[in-house]
Amino acid sequence: MKSDRIAAIVGVAESDLGKTPGKNVLQLQAQAAKLVLEDAGLTKDDIDAVFTAGNWAWAPNLMLAEYLGIQPKYTDSTNIGGSSFEAHVGHAVAGIQAGLFEVALITYGSTNRSSPSNSSYKSALTAQYELPYGLPTPVGAYALAAMRHMHQYGTTSEQLAEIAVATRKWAALNERAYMREEISIEDVLNSRKVAEPLHLLDCCLVTDGGGAVIVASSNVASKLNKKPVWILGHGESHSHNTIVNMPDFTATSARESGKRAFEMAGIRHHEIDVAEIYDSFTITVLLTLESLGFCKPGEGGAFVSGQRTAPGGDFPMNTNGGGLSYCHPGMYGIFLLIEATRQLRGECSARQVENAKLALVHGTGGVLSSTSTVILGRD
Amino acid sequence: MLKDLIHSSIDDESKPYWDGLKEEKLLIQYCDDCQQHIFYPRTICPHCFSEKIKWQESCGTGKIYSYTVVHQAFGPFKSEAPFVVGIIELDEGVRMMSRILADKDQIAIDQRVSVIFSKVEDEVVLPYFQVIE
Repeated sequence: MKSDRIAAIVGVAESDLGKTPGKNVLQLQAQAAKLVLEDAGLTKDDIDAVFTAGNWAWAPNLMLAEYLGIQPKYTDSTNIGGSSFEAHVGHAVAGIQAGLFEVALITYGSTNRSSPSNSSYKSALTAQYELPYGLPTPVGAYALAAMRHMHQYGTTSEQLAEIAVATRKWAALNERAYMREEISIEDVLNSRKVAEPLHLLDCCLVTDGGGAVIVASSNVASKLNKKPVWILGHGESHSHNTIVNMPDFTATSARESGKRAFEMAGIRHHEIDVAEIYDSFTITVLLTLESLGFCKPGEGGAFVSGQRTAPGGDFPMNTNGGGLSYCHPGMYGIFLLIEATRQLRGECSARQVENAKLALVHGTGGVLSSTSTVILGRD
Repeated sequence: MLKDLIHSSIDDESKPYWDGLKEEKLLIQYCDDCQQHIFYPRTICPHCFSEKIKWQESCGTGKIYSYTVVHQAFGPFKSEAPFVVGIIELDEGVRMMSRILADKDQIAIDQRVSVIFSKVEDEVVLPYFQVIE
């Protein structure tokens, strides 16, 4: 590791998850914010930067900070879909490095299950060339990518199902996971088709939920009770908005964001002990593993075969049960950071990856549109 | 519903495209400076930032880059499922989304296709694609 210790994740927390009728997005974020301060050993007055992403207000930061009674000196509402929160971590490190603030609160909240929104049919702009064809978004876009990958490389539905099955095994070890009953590859293949080649069990959950993360300067982090989880590397990118404009349906901008994160951290792929990789759909994981360089293009199917990413496998991945089985409230990225931090702190009991020192967190947003990679490590 | 969706989206930038479809012409764009085709319509070239962009009628043929059979659709499309949405790579090199009207066993990636203009509602013509040899 050559990376400087500039900033660390010093607090993580979830709000209520799953079904949370009667709670709105502000309540969920307030709940997570209170818990994350307790976890970090900080108070509300320590927060001097606010980060959130959502489409529940025209300017979410204004509404959230007002609700929480925070007047920040730095504010960032970058919204690039589900990978926004990994981008927030990168931006927080940059701000801390520049001396602009010391403690950043990152939150997210969604009532995607209890109050689903239908915002995709408003203000079409460049989407007007796609909306008339009725592709269900986002699943249809991921299906188009999966079909292309199968054509180009011979990837199979069985190989995609390996990911769903392995992830469910992790969920069985996490009492906060929404779906914990074991499934088989046949169960995935026999679940109803949503958009070919993707089946229902290739798709993430639709739940409510919120989360919070605190990023602090090394100065603050070194004075707290819990051991800091250092942010060693970060990279972000986006390659398109709508799926038609994805340059190559088999590769994401993880190629760029991952490369930069690894270079900044000064580590190699084989040094990663645990990976938390956005799993909106099984194909998302497969493309990401290839694009990050854990295997070569086209080898993702073989890479995940034989339950390699399951508990006991040699590539522990999505150890909380992922978006596929633990929770997925619209934009899932913040939960990847929460789980990676807990793994590096050794707080994961039954699902703990033994002696985990280095974690890779990778968010994917939109329709394989944006990617943001964070590499975390403990002392 | 579909008509409202499209009509509320049309602006000065996109109007020539939608007007072209009513005359059974699939209009794409061409940059006079870098000599590359462009789709969707823009007022600046995404390849070289030139504003010397002109409309051009596409030859209307191409191949399937990818496709999916949609079993679960939403909103105005819910009752139409199953249907096939494809990504078509036109012979000019640009890609567009469309419906593919063919039996499932005729549909494959790289299969040649040609445009057919389909009047789906009053005043709404969409460029769908059919399989050709």
